[in-house]
Amino acid sequence: MRRHLNTIYVTTENAWLRKDGANVVVEVEGRERGRAPLHLLDGIICFGHAGASPALMGACAEANITLSWLSPQGRFLARAEGARSGNVLLRRTQYRAADDSARALAIVRNIIAAKAANQRTVLRRALRDHGAALAPDAQAQLQDAEQRLTNVVRRVAQAPDIDTARGIEGEAAQVYFGAFNQLIRVEDSAFVFAGRTRRPPLDRVNALLSFLYAVLGHDCRSALESVGLDPQVGFLHADRPGRSSLALDLMEELRPVLADRLALSLINRRQVAADDFTVSDGGAVLMTEDARKAVLVAWQDRKKDEIRHPFLEESVTFGLVAHLQSLLLARHLRGELDGYPAFIWK
Amino acid sequence: MRPPPDGAAEDALIPLSALQHYLFCPRQCALIHVERIWAEDGATAEGRILHERVDDGRPDRRRDVRTVRSLVIRSLALGVFGKADAVEFHGKGTDAIPYPVEYKRGRPKTHRADEVQLCAQALCLEDMFGRPVPEGALFYGQPRRRTIVVFDDALRRLTACVARDVRAMIAGQETPRPEYRPACKKCSLVHACQPRRLERPPAIARWLASRLDEEG
Repeated sequence: MRRHLNTIYVTTENAWLRKDGANVVVEVEGRERGRAPLHLLDGIICFGHAGASPALMGACAEANITLSWLSPQGRFLARAEGARSGNVLLRRTQYRAADDSARALAIVRNIIAAKAANQRTVLRRALRDHGAALAPDAQAQLQDAEQRLTNVVRRVAQAPDIDTARGIEGEAAQVYFGAFNQLIRVEDSAFVFAGRTRRPPLDRVNALLSFLYAVLGHDCRSALESVGLDPQVGFLHADRPGRSSLALDLMEELRPVLADRLALSLINRRQVAADDFTVSDGGAVLMTEDARKAVLVAWQDRKKDEIRHPFLEESVTFGLVAHLQSLLLARHLRGELDGYPAFIWK
Repeated sequence: MRPPPDGAAEDALIPLSALQHYLFCPRQCALIHVERIWAEDGATAEGRILHERVDDGRPDRRRDVRTVRSLVIRSLALGVFGKADAVEFHGKGTDAIPYPVEYKRGRPKTHRADEVQLCAQALCLEDMFGRPVPEGALFYGQPRRRTIVVFDDALRRLTACVARDVRAMIAGQETPRPEYRPACKKCSLVHACQPRRLERPPAIARWLASRLDEEG
């Protein structure tokens, strides 16, 4: 089994990264602040404008370590890329499948069905673990949402085209996020969720979700590249210059399980507090640097948790799931599987 | 070395290592040489380190034996190119007979992959130097000793046959389906290959439907 490798997150703005033998060294103002052997890494993510030596960029490209720069809030800025290894045959197959509406539809249906099923699992777990403590109307709302997501899962399998499937997905998102506030169990007006806002996030819960989605998106993009797929050409998300559409596709089924559940547990266990966020003029809510660090630590820990992979039927870490799903998508595109076995978590 | 007849013939050359990969497992060979997937694990890292040591090894001081390390070789007849770990030249001057020596970690194997790889090197050397290469040696890490390999007609035929099959597979760009075998446990690509699950995969529509219908 492929080993679970670590990602280094550099959150200090003026850091300098260099290669020292087979190690990466992080320096701040000329002082060594961290060091790690490259062979234990699969990614280095700089939030802000940390610099890196060309020698390090070269070593990362060679060792398949994704070295990228994101804005402090997680928006993708840049990435160091080596001679594209990958596989041109697989990419051509991917493009043909994306252009073939029947093949694309089959993949899209599976992704959306898995996403809705995973959203349903998040609700079911809340009902199972805390249902008794909920007010009757909250309980009823969750049960109703659970039913409607079950209905979505059934209907999406019959969707005649991708636009219809997208519409059903939008409906699922409304149902799920409509009930999401019932999953927040802290009595704190700072963490009331009134619907999904993204550009910009207008409350703390949305700021936390957006940040986790950005980090997950980065992992999905690296995973797709590591199996030789082109992260920019998607099935559910249409091509748009600069957008990693396939990474967004892959994220759909993983968001509820990997990001939403972590956001909820960070809030409900009070690992994030109201003053971990700042509100800018215009209402955009941002996370403080310390809060981002704490969330990244929790994210790394979550990625080490072992689960049983639903399709491969073997024990893997959460951190490998994006990679394994990329691999299964590639095997489907090459014709070894007659469909894409999306990730369905119970 | 004579110039090649045309660029296309050079382009069609396949790496020597592909022959060995193919004899170990055709799917592994396709994953590496068609799909360009490569995963380094403990075993391949060890092999690489062993070869690095061979590369800067001390020169052989035996009489009338000149050793050349990491010699680039190829055969247009066989359609392969690559590098020989070491080629000894037995004898003096232009009469010297090339003698390939390949270093392998681990023990002599029951299958003939190592012998075929060495024989392919011999065929390259015959092409390049225009002299018969009757014999070579495999040097195994465990036990640390030489195994002499005689390039007889049977081994030459097998090598030519394997080279032809590998070239056809790479040209066809197809990856054979996996077949789960005990040797898979030792393969560095087992993760990318997923032989147990993909050997006889279920119909995905049915698998997905059953996952979705299970009660949470």
